[in-house]
Amino acid sequence: MGYVAVKGGTEAIEASLDRLKYDRLKEAEVVEINTVLATMRHLVDQVMSEASLYAPFLAALAIKQARGSMEEAVFLLRAHRSTLPRHYYSETVDTEDMFVERRVSASFKDIPGGQLLGSTNDYAHRLLDFDLVKESKEENQNWLRTYHERMKADHPDKDLQFFPKVVDYLRAEGLFERYPLDDTPPNDITKESIQFPTGRSERLQVLTRGQTGAVTSLGYASLRGYGQVHPTIGEVRVGSVPIHVQHPYEEDSEQDDSFYIGDVQLTEVESFVPVTVKNNNQKEELEFEIGYGISFGQNETKAIAMSILDQCLQKPHGEFPTHDEEFVLLHIDSVESTGFISHLKLPHYVTFQSELDSVRQVKKGGESNDS
Amino acid sequence: MIAKPHFAFFDEGSKKEIRRATLKAVAIPGYQVPFASREMPIARGWGTGGLQLTLSLIGRNDVLKVIDQGADESVNAVSIKKLVQHTTGVSVTEKTQEADIIQSRHRIPEKALKEDQILVLQVPNPEPLRKVDAREYMTKRMHAEDDYSGAWLLLFEQIMKFGRMSTGASHPVYVNGRYVMTPSPIPRFDNPKMHQSKGLILLGAGREKKIFAVPPYTSVESLAFDDYPFTVESFEGKACKLCGSTDVFLDEIIDPDTGERTHQCNDTSYCMEQLNSEEKVEVENSYV
Amino acid sequence: MYEKPILQVKHLQKQFGEGCPHCFDKESVYLEKNYCTVCGTVHAVRDVSFDLYPGEVLGIVGESGSGKSTMLQGLYFDSSMTSGAVYINQSELTGQNVLSLSSQQKRYIRNYIYGMVYQNPVDGLKMKFSSIGNIAEKMIAAGNRNVSNIEKRSKELLENVHIPLRRMKEEPQYFSGGMQQRVQIAKALSNNPPILFLDEVTTGLDLSVQASVLDLIKQIQRELHISMVVVSHDLAVIRMLADRSIVMLNGEVIENGLTDQILEDPQHEYTQQLVYSLL
Ligand SMILES: Nc1ncnc2c1ncn2[C@@H]1O[C@H](COP(=O)(O)OP(=O)(O)OP(=O)(O)O)[C@@H](O)[C@H]1O
Ligand SMILES: [Mg+2]
Ligand SMILES: [Zn+2]
Repeated sequence: MGYVAVKGGTEAIEASLDRLKYDRLKEAEVVEINTVLATMRHLVDQVMSEASLYAPFLAALAIKQARGSMEEAVFLLRAHRSTLPRHYYSETVDTEDMFVERRVSASFKDIPGGQLLGSTNDYAHRLLDFDLVKESKEENQNWLRTYHERMKADHPDKDLQFFPKVVDYLRAEGLFERYPLDDTPPNDITKESIQFPTGRSERLQVLTRGQTGAVTSLGYASLRGYGQVHPTIGEVRVGSVPIHVQHPYEEDSEQDDSFYIGDVQLTEVESFVPVTVKNNNQKEELEFEIGYGISFGQNETKAIAMSILDQCLQKPHGEFPTHDEEFVLLHIDSVESTGFISHLKLPHYVTFQSELDSVRQVKKGGESNDS
Repeated sequence: MIAKPHFAFFDEGSKKEIRRATLKAVAIPGYQVPFASREMPIARGWGTGGLQLTLSLIGRNDVLKVIDQGADESVNAVSIKKLVQHTTGVSVTEKTQEADIIQSRHRIPEKALKEDQILVLQVPNPEPLRKVDAREYMTKRMHAEDDYSGAWLLLFEQIMKFGRMSTGASHPVYVNGRYVMTPSPIPRFDNPKMHQSKGLILLGAGREKKIFAVPPYTSVESLAFDDYPFTVESFEGKACKLCGSTDVFLDEIIDPDTGERTHQCNDTSYCMEQLNSEEKVEVENSYV
Repeated sequence: MYEKPILQVKHLQKQFGEGCPHCFDKESVYLEKNYCTVCGTVHAVRDVSFDLYPGEVLGIVGESGSGKSTMLQGLYFDSSMTSGAVYINQSELTGQNVLSLSSQQKRYIRNYIYGMVYQNPVDGLKMKFSSIGNIAEKMIAAGNRNVSNIEKRSKELLENVHIPLRRMKEEPQYFSGGMQQRVQIAKALSNNPPILFLDEVTTGLDLSVQASVLDLIKQIQRELHISMVVVSHDLAVIRMLADRSIVMLNGEVIENGLTDQILEDPQHEYTQQLVYSLL
């Protein structure tokens, strides 16, 4: 049993940690946090989203420390999150006030406010750009200067543009049911573990914290046929929203008195899903429901997949795991799934010995029983 | 930006919440109390449930023992010990009788617990009925309605198929005659140690976000049929090759050269002590 | 009959849907059979009352969709009823509407007083457990913790329902429909329940298997004096088994009396059709 050194665990760990450090340092390169922040923003966004902590600098630090391992970086940030006391909840964020950087609708060619392609990989040809092997800082500067000048020429007035929500436009047409605002405070899943059946607030929290790959895969599975939701994207918008908190001791203070504490960048998706409903005359009619997806940072694929799963879980369906809330919600968390998979590396020889004993006893019993 | 770590990692609010769940667990023996399990600096499945219990309970003057698979020096035990020590500065011990809190994975020490000791067990899968139904919503109902026929039926099926109950570790137990509980995957050998234990036993499942407990002097009975009694792992005719103990859980060791099979105590600190009381020589060498 | 009924069913009502002023009245023109064309509510069971006496077999006959299974499932607590009351004449339950008991008490009744054979074996059996395990389940649920005891009783029952003992450890998913029904019957009988519900036990079985299942039921009734409610849309089955019968149509009881009498002199138009088609 050389496997578990019964003595020497301490030394083994020390040695392993040294080796880990050695691996990080051996190439004698130092990546600055700011470099990660400035050049690896999507990575930073993904880590913040899965860790459910909006802290770009800390996320970049986690990425550096984890040497680029996603699961490790998310894990670091989540563990850090556990040590932070949570004193306030922010005011409700109205994404209509978003400072929009990008906004597209797949449902309408002409949406009020127009499509805003913004920065996206969607139309970039995925060809390796060998020019990046040797980038010149000077050339980059020049490019930027021209770009700024061009922007100034094209948009001389600095007026802010307001982008109304696509869904409001459809709602005005009566294509969506109007629900009264539900102001029940959400259940904070980090303060109370979720109980089944869940409420929507709990589902949305788990989905938005979900591992990007897991959420994408399950959303995709539903789309392909292992589920019954096939949406049209009403609107994807990416941009930043201001966050306010109320004064903790003046509960009734006016909205205007609340404190601005910073911006967060968000991706928000509203998907339109056709559903059949019975009208007052028992006739089946088609209506649209909204699947909602939201994520810290620019994480469009995940947010879209989330909007699919949101709708799936609104309509439980025994046949499809993508419509089963326990199946979806209990398996998409990065820290939970990677942790439990990796725990298989721990020694299990006591439990194995116990199973071995059972198998041996059964075999022994079998010999004497069979006649 | 450089944060000073809190005593025992958590902020005090988190500790209080975990302690509240723990108190509830003690008040309802064997009942799985949901709690808002925190992400810890160690991975889910690596003892975060136990660790959260330990950190929420530990005080500056407490003495801690951590074991994994019976061994104090197993890498994960060392890692957990290191974390607790690093964030609290408490002293640690390998001697079972010296510890105030014993955190363990998969074993209950051979030496019986004392009244002022707390055993914290790490639990990967807290739900004894998970094989009866995959859905938490259903198993929670079964517990509430005292409907354990599914658990019994699984054992009955084993008897029909194999002529005996074929459970390995985590053979389910009745706690205080009411809730069916997994004893965490401890070997069947350790199940009887829970019965009327003098010390408090707390079980924590971090990933599944449950805390449950066996308070001191509580009845814990392993599920068994009248005519197919519960049996523990058999080490008949075997003894620890180091200390000679026979009534302990033994590891099976296979000599890589000769292929010969020998046994030695799984509880390393127990073995060490037996040896110490016999002769003080050779001890350190024998484990290398 | 001078005896007290063992089971009394009073004004049982089950609707799927909210109901509306237009379907409140049974004679409403908005009702298409049991379906309200205005609000879409299905009135599956409407004001059904009957008594079951100790040792008797009560037949319930009616066309497909008339509410027979819905009613049995309500009696067996599988689904909740909209309104109505059910009384069981057993000392600890007298005077209590069992429909309003706690789920723990209902489970007690299912484990000790009721037996149920479902129309669809999937509802009544765990298809991936051994057949003997299926029969054992009910005894285990009733607190039996003695394996040899359970095994002995299960074997008796399996022999009773003509399942070869060498197949007792096989899973019902590999059995034919008739065999599955017989495992269900064995399971339902395991705790000697005073009351047994049988829902279309012979439907879909070939004639020889049908005959053997019917024989089995008659034998059980003769030897064990269990009170039974036998549901079938097949009047021939009812004629063979039931002393008294109820005819249901669109969720309602339209005729009620001795089976022979109903057969000889059907009163309701639907029953007349049914009887003549049998002749
Ligand atoms: N879950 C449900 N939702 C809506 N309607 C239902 C539901 N279950 C049953 N029904 C309706 O209730 C009525 C009674 O059905 P039930 O199964 O009781 O009929 P049955 O008499 O047993 O028929 P069969 O002889 O075909 O078995 C039917 O109209 C059926 O469509
Ligand atoms: Mg039916
Ligand atoms: Zn030893």
